Amino acid sequence: MAVTLSVNGQSHTVESELDTPLLYVLRDDLGLNGAKYGCGLGQCGSCTVLVDGAPVFSCVTPILLLEGREITTVEGLGTVDEPGPMQRAFIEEQAAQCGYCIPGMMMRAQALLERNPSAGDAEIRAALEPNLCRCGTHMRILKAVRRAGQLMQSAAAPGASEGAAS
Amino acid sequence: MTALRLFLALLLVLVVGCIGFVAYGWRSEIDPVARPGQPDPALVQRGAQLAAIGNCNVCHTAPGGEPFAGGLALPTPFGTIYSTNITPDRETGIGTWSAEAFIRSMREGVDREGNHLYPAFPYDHFTLVTDEDNRALHAYLMTREPVRYVPPPNELPFPLDNRLLVAGWKLLFFDEADHQPDSGQDEAWNRGRYLAEGLGHCGACHTPRNRLGAEQEDRHFDGAEIEGWHAYAIDQTSAAPIPWNVDSLADYLRRGWHAEHGVARGPMAPVTANLGSVDPADVRAIATYVAATMGDPGPERLARAEQVRDAASGTGRLAQSADSLAVPATAASDDVGAAVYASACAICHESGRPLPFGGLDLHLSTAVNGPNPQNIINVTLFGLPASEGEAAPVMPGFAGTLSQQQLVALMNHLRGSFSEQPAWTDVEERVARTLSGEQPVSIYTSDGMQHAPATGMRTKPWP
Amino acid sequence: MTGLGIERPTRRGLLAGSGALIVSFSMLSRAFCQEGEVQNVGREPEVAPELPGSLSEDPILDSWIRIDPDGGITVFTGKAELGQGVKTAIIQIAAEELEVDPAAIELVTADTGRTPNEGFTAGSQSMQNSGTGIRHAAVQVREILIGQAAGRLQLGVDQLRAEAGAVVAPDGRRLPYGELVEDQLLHIEAVPQTRLKPTDQFRIMGTSMPRVDIPAKVTGGPAYVQDMRLPRMLHARIIRPPSYQARLLEFDAAPVEQMPGVVSIVRDGSFLAVVAEKEFQAIKAMRALSTRARWQEEASLPPSADLPQLVRDIPVHEDGIVAEVLAAPVGVEKTYEATFTRPYQIHGSIGPSCAVGLFENGVMTVWTHTQGVYPDRKAIAEMLGMPPEQVRCIHTEGSGCYGHNAADDAAADAALLAHAVPGRPVRVQWMREQEHAWEPFGPAMVTHVRAGLNSSGRIAEWNYELWSNTHTTRPGPAGALLAARHLAQPFPPQEPKLQITPSGNGDRNADPLYTIPSKRVVWHFLKDMPLRVSALRALGAYANVFSVESTMDELAIMAGVDPVEFRLRHLDDPRARDVIVKAAEQFGWATTTMPPNHGRGIGFARYKNHAAYLALVVEVEVERDSGRLRIVRAVAAIDSGEIVNPDGIRNQTEGGILQAASWTLYEAVSFDDTRITSIDWSSYPILRFGAVPDSIEVHIMDRPGEPFLGTAEAAQGPTAAAIGNALRDATGKRFTDLPLNRARVKQLIGA
Repeated sequence: MAVTLSVNGQSHTVESELDTPLLYVLRDDLGLNGAKYGCGLGQCGSCTVLVDGAPVFSCVTPILLLEGREITTVEGLGTVDEPGPMQRAFIEEQAAQCGYCIPGMMMRAQALLERNPSAGDAEIRAALEPNLCRCGTHMRILKAVRRAGQLMQSAAAPGASEGAAS
Repeated sequence: MTALRLFLALLLVLVVGCIGFVAYGWRSEIDPVARPGQPDPALVQRGAQLAAIGNCNVCHTAPGGEPFAGGLALPTPFGTIYSTNITPDRETGIGTWSAEAFIRSMREGVDREGNHLYPAFPYDHFTLVTDEDNRALHAYLMTREPVRYVPPPNELPFPLDNRLLVAGWKLLFFDEADHQPDSGQDEAWNRGRYLAEGLGHCGACHTPRNRLGAEQEDRHFDGAEIEGWHAYAIDQTSAAPIPWNVDSLADYLRRGWHAEHGVARGPMAPVTANLGSVDPADVRAIATYVAATMGDPGPERLARAEQVRDAASGTGRLAQSADSLAVPATAASDDVGAAVYASACAICHESGRPLPFGGLDLHLSTAVNGPNPQNIINVTLFGLPASEGEAAPVMPGFAGTLSQQQLVALMNHLRGSFSEQPAWTDVEERVARTLSGEQPVSIYTSDGMQHAPATGMRTKPWP
Repeated sequence: MTGLGIERPTRRGLLAGSGALIVSFSMLSRAFCQEGEVQNVGREPEVAPELPGSLSEDPILDSWIRIDPDGGITVFTGKAELGQGVKTAIIQIAAEELEVDPAAIELVTADTGRTPNEGFTAGSQSMQNSGTGIRHAAVQVREILIGQAAGRLQLGVDQLRAEAGAVVAPDGRRLPYGELVEDQLLHIEAVPQTRLKPTDQFRIMGTSMPRVDIPAKVTGGPAYVQDMRLPRMLHARIIRPPSYQARLLEFDAAPVEQMPGVVSIVRDGSFLAVVAEKEFQAIKAMRALSTRARWQEEASLPPSADLPQLVRDIPVHEDGIVAEVLAAPVGVEKTYEATFTRPYQIHGSIGPSCAVGLFENGVMTVWTHTQGVYPDRKAIAEMLGMPPEQVRCIHTEGSGCYGHNAADDAAADAALLAHAVPGRPVRVQWMREQEHAWEPFGPAMVTHVRAGLNSSGRIAEWNYELWSNTHTTRPGPAGALLAARHLAQPFPPQEPKLQITPSGNGDRNADPLYTIPSKRVVWHFLKDMPLRVSALRALGAYANVFSVESTMDELAIMAGVDPVEFRLRHLDDPRARDVIVKAAEQFGWATTTMPPNHGRGIGFARYKNHAAYLALVVEVEVERDSGRLRIVRAVAAIDSGEIVNPDGIRNQTEGGILQAASWTLYEAVSFDDTRITSIDWSSYPILRFGAVPDSIEVHIMDRPGEPFLGTAEAAQGPTAAAIGNALRDATGKRFTDLPLNRARVKQLIGA
């Protein structure tokens, strides 16, 4: 069945059964690596992506729910050459060990900071509660999210001309 | 002249009435006491169990706050009341309360200084608690960690902020009472009634209230709305597809789940978590009383229950499943609700994995069979957040995933497929109010695995 | 470059006749270093003298470092990136000693077609083995190039220096490395003596160079074997048996074969799998097939309710003396005796194991996140009945493994399926519940300690026993692979053998580092493995350090001595003392008082008694009514020898602390009489953000010029111990059974 999905600002028509979770369409049909299979049950968060700005578990989100909605994956936050604030923050804080859980963490944090870039430590912890990390990178992830918030705020502040041209 | 005389007479009546009322409402202060000595450990131990039955920790602990230090916001139709600090801190808690002062507060709803307490503190139930049990509770609370913390002031409009009005409320709706055993019933039933009607204050959630916030005696245990949830009827109108009995109820209350009823969540989750640490005999007594209140289901309901059991064991259940989360291939459907169910819900709810970790077969769900869709809306949107480090069921919430229409379609599909009850008429309204936040919903982690709840059970929805 | 499946000639035995060693690093051979990590490793005959690090296994310089005529530099390591940052560290080392920019180095990791055989990436030994070897090789390559330049320029080697990929003469003339390499120039044996660069001249080592792999990981680059997409690649799923002893009786394939995208259903004995065009098609087919398969199960698991009894009920096969100082204990006045337990625990990778196999032209290629490409190749070749030369295993990163998880099993699955569907790559990933149920667990253990104090408050005697399975059932043998056990012609698991080695296995760190005049440490070796077990980060050190350090605190309390002081009194090794003093100071041990219901505790160990030193102080808070334990903060001091990347050490240590905290507070595998029942994150919960401590500090001891000691597994034992000791401090109760979960804490403190 052909379904049209809007991912990272681009429209894609994919041939897939409608009950297919978004995760597999992102990975197999669109060739995006960011969302990871972790549990398939919505328990670990490694598949987290944004749908209309809200974090969702893409492993339990069938694509039949998603027509006409805007999907954002970690690929939508920037590139290796031009990383977005969230990505920059994770690189600067070296907030990864194996890194498998990290894109999911970043997406959930992105949703929080888009609502509230000045989110404090308690809010960040609460927001990241659904996402698991096994390497024990938690302290760095928290730092990176705080840093991302600062980067976003300074980018949004008047006089911060960087990137404003686009 | 006559008019003046009449006026003066009326004034006199009013003044006398007021004085009389104030006199009626006035309560003396009970003197503060010095620091208590070493309490009897056995008494404290008993107090711990009673506190668990009374669910004291749940209202008297704010999310992220210290146990029993209060500060939890309790939204009422009249305004927001903040729970008090009942730690033994001498300045901000109840450290200066003698046992007598504590007993009076439980029996009469009056604090040590003599102020009337708002009936958000369910003294209409606690009045039944014996002095002996109150002394145990007092001993227990006095051995908690004192926490210096002043909860926020209540947010009540004039004139409700005047506590004297509570005296009037009490005049209308409150009777100080003792528990009177019913000699026609056995010991377990009587013990159960004492606990359920008294300290357990089941009716505070499960009995509907009148416009002035008092429980409607004629609709005892008839089901009510609380904290954005529907507290099910636990009388003869119980909507449970498989009728409860003493065994299943005792099991559920102690473990927080039952294979034929599902997992405790919402405001019931901390109740069962607390009961997990209580003497099983007392829990069974509560179950005995409540099951008796529900009454004998009768042959028709039992026959229907058998059909439900068959339906539940028919869908994808496997005696031996290789992949524990196996579901049969989903059927394509034009119905959005059916399609959502098949692709997003069935993976767990038809997995055949036993409870509490597997999803409940929804034929068994009281939420789907209940009088309104609020609970199933809540669970679908907010899921069951993971417990902190304890094995407990987790369900992802679909708040970010489902649109309003999709959620409505799913609710209607669930009602149509898993219940023989008539279609709900308020699905759209409730979905809209819940999604918009107009209907606030308290979220609790599902911690129902036989241990005391942590203070953090009240939580935020995730994702 | 060696091609697919072509074996590199072995260079073992070429070492005879080399000169004497005078370098100041650890001279342990690989086999020696990996004792305890390798199944049934025999003491290999010592080839004397040894070359540094992994050069002892493969002494030819261009096995490790190659320089192309265009100046391109390739460094080869047999170690694998597991998320521990080893790639970055090795690049730093090579760039430092080669005098090149780190960006100039292409690093090739574990690949049986390309890299030397460095056994397993395990035991926190990559730096000791590969790091040391490559460092020496780099120095020697640099010196050869300088020598070559000296010849060309007619100058003395002393007049030349290497800089930015070239040899530079005093007059400024530069000869780039690429121009200096001639055929076979580097195809020579390493020499045992190396003049390592002194620490004060480091440009790159000792700095927190950012990890080379992180940018791709945070931007959606292909970073993992899970992300591989080869042309015409198929997706597979396994229908695992429902329990250990289950046998596949029958299944109905026909309806499943009709499902969209299904390419093949593969069955061999009790190994059953589906292969499909797309991943979710494979998953749906797997589910459909699993409803159509019938298994015969057997109630083979022991009663799980009483773990100590479970372990004690396994017959002791053999006793091993781990350490013995035979002296009659003198003046024992007080005795402490206790039994400690640790449950079965999982590795719990967030990404279930995955591999890609391709069988083409008689050659099997497997992309795998195994910890040991060579041993995995051996096992897969044996399973498939192929010569090892025809099998190539290429390490491709996976989700963190923390030991022997299902990586090798997934590789075997991919190989079997690729063999069944030749000519097309087959990617297989395990499902969550399969990973939870089928990975080899960290073994349950019971330890018993009886220790005595004399009148002057010193430890006079120490008796320690431990009951444990082996902690390694890794490949080599095909029977180590899960799928191989399920085939119609099964490969049975190899029989485990007790071995007492310096590195230790179940007995790792069972022998305390403390000075004790009379001691006896015994491993009661349990051969029967009712649950599948293997290496989990730190092996036995986790439970042993918990037991030893809990006992140290109890003895300190008996002696009326501060626990930090008590440890220092029994330690002669100044580096051990240093980490303890550092951690205590940074925590504020002497000056901080704990609020009510808070406690502090210290844990210390030198990992394996010959690797990194780590001391950790934690503060915990106990919620008495629920028994919930929260770690407030943790302060660690670590001595890993010479520092290559301080942030890498910090990252690994923070991670080690948090992971071990999760094990210690929450984790235990659950099972009934037939099946594993902890099969997801709801039934086997781990640390979530809500319980993460307020802060973790890691202080690194500066040890210029000292050998690398490794980092990744130093924290596990001390973490469990520090938490247990802090809980004791907060509650006055000693907790001896892991995990320290709410129910246990509440029960013992009786709040």
